[in-house]
Amino acid sequence: MTPFGPSDWLPLFGQFLLMSMLAVGGAITATPEMHRFLVDGHHWLTNQQFISSIALAQAAPGPNILFVALMGWNVGLNAGGGLANGPQGWLTALLGVCVTMVGMLLPSTTLTFFITRWGHRNRELRVVRAFKQGMAPIVVGLLVATGWVLVRGGVETTFNARTVAVALVSMVIVWRTRVHLLWLLGAGALLGALGAV
Amino acid sequence: MKKVNLPSPTEGLATQASAAARPRTIGELYWAFTILALQGFGGVLAVVQRELVERRRWLTLEEFIEDWAVAQILPGPNVVNMSVMLGDRYFGWRGAMAGFAGMLSVPLVVVLAMAVLLENVADTAAGQGALRGMGAVAAGLITATGLKLAPALKSSPLGHAQALAVVVLTFVLVGLVRLPLVWVLLGVGTSACVWAWFCLKQLDEHPVAPARPAPGAEERPRP
Repeated sequence: MTPFGPSDWLPLFGQFLLMSMLAVGGAITATPEMHRFLVDGHHWLTNQQFISSIALAQAAPGPNILFVALMGWNVGLNAGGGLANGPQGWLTALLGVCVTMVGMLLPSTTLTFFITRWGHRNRELRVVRAFKQGMAPIVVGLLVATGWVLVRGGVETTFNARTVAVALVSMVIVWRTRVHLLWLLGAGALLGALGAV
Repeated sequence: MKKVNLPSPTEGLATQASAAARPRTIGELYWAFTILALQGFGGVLAVVQRELVERRRWLTLEEFIEDWAVAQILPGPNVVNMSVMLGDRYFGWRGAMAGFAGMLSVPLVVVLAMAVLLENVADTAAGQGALRGMGAVAAGLITATGLKLAPALKSSPLGHAQALAVVVLTFVLVGLVRLPLVWVLLGVGTSACVWAWFCLKQLDEHPVAPARPAPGAEERPRP
């Protein structure tokens, strides 16, 4: 693994600034590019660290974008000698979080802020209405497709017939009832941990 | 820096189509997004609709789907975009920052704590099983959110059946054909928007039933 030196923070920041604008349709769409840069290109992260960052962020509460924070955390850990190294290890790990998260979110959020502000001020313009109402059916189609792709990706790796059944049952429950979503996720986690699905 | 064109609470109550509720303070906005984010395992998306439309009633289904379209199309995480967008609408730039912070601050602390404490749990058989089970549920939740939004398409300017056809087309291209998202957005998205523009033009010029307030001369930017 190439040592991560102090001069590497700026390229890391720059790369995430760039990926921020490329991540249309969610940060997860930029992961192949992140892998190429962090793991294959610079060896700042191991493949295992890369995969665990995504898996842990998905298991944790909160937006999936937090996998970027975990990647920064791990780059910082590798750079600062880990938490065993005391305060310096913690500080470089936290610096890694700041650099990747600010890089990933600053450009896209600033753009969103100004565009949506303009869009709301001009919401009676036909162009704005046409954009929102034209995109509405595509959003619905995308959501259904996202769920489908997740299940299909699962079937190609670790899902079996019972796991797919869990996905279908939870879909019907959420669609038709107002059961709290945490109960469903908890039940899914429990069934999985017990090896039932 | 409050927005001047925000509907007053009474206006909101008067029209059935408009959501009646809104956050009263910036603090309420911050905590609403924090609570929302902390319920989102495997992604916050399904929770956003549940919390903002069904529980807090800040948005109607129609408003949600339109805002979500914008949040989804712009670069960046859609749920973060949504929090910035809504925060700005209610409280200006300070609201945008509160929404952003609400969505990320506490969840960031939680995920880092998990990284420190649970370093090896995700590699155990039980840990892997739990992740798999939650992943399956999360996939179901996202699909269900799409199905729940579908009734909002009844009032689509494209027409209900035509809008449903676009839904199916998008699903087939993204879910079955696996085309890259950008192509689908550029191809189907642009076509649907142009189509909607012509339908809206038709409706504005020859209104059927209760007319929309005519938005003046089209394409003229507002001061």
